[in-house]
Amino acid sequence: MQSNSSMRTPLGRVRGLGSAKSGTGHFWLQRVTAVANVVLTVIFLGIVISLFGKPYPAAMATLSHPLVAILMLLFVVSGVVHMRLGMQVVIEDYIHGEGFKIAAVMANTFFAIAIGAACVFAVLKLSFGG
Amino acid sequence: MAEFNLPQNSRLTEGKAWPKPAGAAKLTEFKVYRWNPDTGENPRTDTYFVDREDCGPMVLDALIWIKSKIDPTLTFRRSCREGICGSCAMNMDGKNGLACTTGIDECAGHGKSAGKVAIYPLPHMPVIKDLVPDLTRFYAQHASIEPWLKTTTPAPEKEWKQAKDDREKLDGLYECILCACCSTSCPSYWWNGDRYLGPAALLQAYRWLIDSRDESTGERLDNLEDPFRLYRCHTIMNCANACPKGLNPAKAIAEVKRMMVARQV
Repeated sequence: MQSNSSMRTPLGRVRGLGSAKSGTGHFWLQRVTAVANVVLTVIFLGIVISLFGKPYPAAMATLSHPLVAILMLLFVVSGVVHMRLGMQVVIEDYIHGEGFKIAAVMANTFFAIAIGAACVFAVLKLSFGG
Repeated sequence: MAEFNLPQNSRLTEGKAWPKPAGAAKLTEFKVYRWNPDTGENPRTDTYFVDREDCGPMVLDALIWIKSKIDPTLTFRRSCREGICGSCAMNMDGKNGLACTTGIDECAGHGKSAGKVAIYPLPHMPVIKDLVPDLTRFYAQHASIEPWLKTTTPAPEKEWKQAKDDREKLDGLYECILCACCSTSCPSYWWNGDRYLGPAALLQAYRWLIDSRDESTGERLDNLEDPFRLYRCHTIMNCANACPKGLNPAKAIAEVKRMMVARQV
């Protein structure tokens, strides 16, 4: 990647590989999902609280309502996207070994997709009748 | 990983305690970071006692007093002694600032170190000697944002004109003296200073981005559009807290991000 040669000028080192010409998309999506999460988390908590202590069939009945199921799916997707973006920033902040960092960013994506897929499957399964 | 412990050869040791000056009525204890590249020894904190009745009120006065009266080997940068050159930026009682505009009584420690003044170089920079940090990269980062007016239109015969309200947009930005107090107080800059430009360079970047006379706004934004150069700022706000000129680099960085979004959304 970059030359560590001490002969390189300070400006050359700072310019490095140049600007990535990206980053705003990541930043903006994190803000958009944050705003979405404010609304969706309140709805999610409302649904969970309304089901508190109720039996499995009651949960299935609630989740089989299309509006409830769609809101739950939106909560899962928005939450997982936000989680992945946030964790990626944390990894980039603190992990400096290039190989380890790439592995961690990749694992972070796999984890988010796996969690998201499992949650979406669970909601759909309940929603379409267990 | 981020460095949470200092490397073995950077760990601080207790240094020399210099004798109290004879006949002084009011003394203040200074704990000063010392490191000499020529000895191969670990850095240490030396203890000095300053005769306050023979010394001016500022930390810089005390450092000059120590250098003249006790220990001529104490090394630090200073020039204007009135907060405009930015040379004497250092860490006093855990906070970055200019030694010339920080009162000794403002930074006497608390708790166990009550009354003692702890003086260290700017954090997380290579040290050249004692209180002198190596700011080469910091200056290169400033150069990288190309801090000069860039135009394609041929220069007018007399001068580039600017409306009064456009000129006012530069207030709170042009006053930066590049002392590095902000950048070296920023944890993001500590962890990623090789790729993150840091608050000082980004404040200057914004100073040129909103200059109504400049014609390279788009190219300037292109150069900053990067997950590390710009987006390592997580609005920690240490920069605004540290700035001895009362500027707010975090706000300038937020404005740059706003411009980035504005040209996409």
